[in-house]
Amino acid sequence: MTLSALRVAIIVFPGSNCDRDMMVAIEQLTSRRPALVWHKEASLDAADLVIIPGGFSFGDYLRCGALAGRSPIMNAVLDHAARGGAVMGICNGFQILTETSMVPGVLIRNAGLKFSCRNVGLQLCETLASPFTAGLDLGENLTIPIAHNEGNYFADADELDRIEGNGQVAFRYAASDAAGPVNPNGASRDIAGVLSSNGRVLGMMPHPERAMSKLHGGTDGAKFLLKSLEALVS
Amino acid sequence: MQAIVNISLKEGVLDPQGRAISHSLNDLGFNEVGEVRVGKQILLEIDETDPARLRQRVARMCETLLSNTVIEDYSIDIPDEQ
Repeated sequence: MTLSALRVAIIVFPGSNCDRDMMVAIEQLTSRRPALVWHKEASLDAADLVIIPGGFSFGDYLRCGALAGRSPIMNAVLDHAARGGAVMGICNGFQILTETSMVPGVLIRNAGLKFSCRNVGLQLCETLASPFTAGLDLGENLTIPIAHNEGNYFADADELDRIEGNGQVAFRYAASDAAGPVNPNGASRDIAGVLSSNGRVLGMMPHPERAMSKLHGGTDGAKFLLKSLEALVS
Repeated sequence: MQAIVNISLKEGVLDPQGRAISHSLNDLGFNEVGEVRVGKQILLEIDETDPARLRQRVARMCETLLSNTVIEDYSIDIPDEQ
């Protein structure tokens, strides 16, 4: 399969605001426009990758991602994941993945109580087999922006030990040229991205679709997305 | 009948909002204030007359949507229950 044959679906909730950016980013890399799927849909056409984009679904009411996690489309996304389908959740998408238990843990209010919007350094961790980490070199550092108020990754110590032991931690915040503290939100053990136990679902706080060109200030997002897409077609 | 759901953060879960409130109260001279934890209260009007059944339904609502049981505890109060 070639990159242009890759079927990508992007789920759109009321309040999603990175859906179009992600569509443009994927099209830039694959030359094929992803499908945008409204959250009221009850079914999903066959997809090689489902992306849950960033934003403020349902105005972050109740808890970030809580209401989106119970939208009709999520049953289809859960079925897709249960069949071993690949799913990537960015920022609010990561919150939605934790709310539906597709990845472990939960994202709570930033420790500094401030919305944090800036570049962060990310270090790739040694993980179980996953299309989202297979193409990157171990220890590789990426610079990708974050923009969130609830990105403070939390799980109890036993759970953290368990996911670290399983190789489910994909990225940690790491030193970079970016200004500000290395860990921007108080996340447990500097965790910025986690995988499901089968490695096919990734949730991450940073926004790769916002680091796609020099005009964005960096291209590490494009590099990460391209490696993921290539791993999915190989 | 009305049901009142109180949601609180589990022990051990950091509550930065509560900590900020505690600091602010200390700054205002309320030096006796130690730890502060912030929760939320949800009032539900439900078409149900049997308190036992109501409690059971609301517990399911808490488990499926109203609370995230990874970090939150919930309690259910039914004022009309004698």
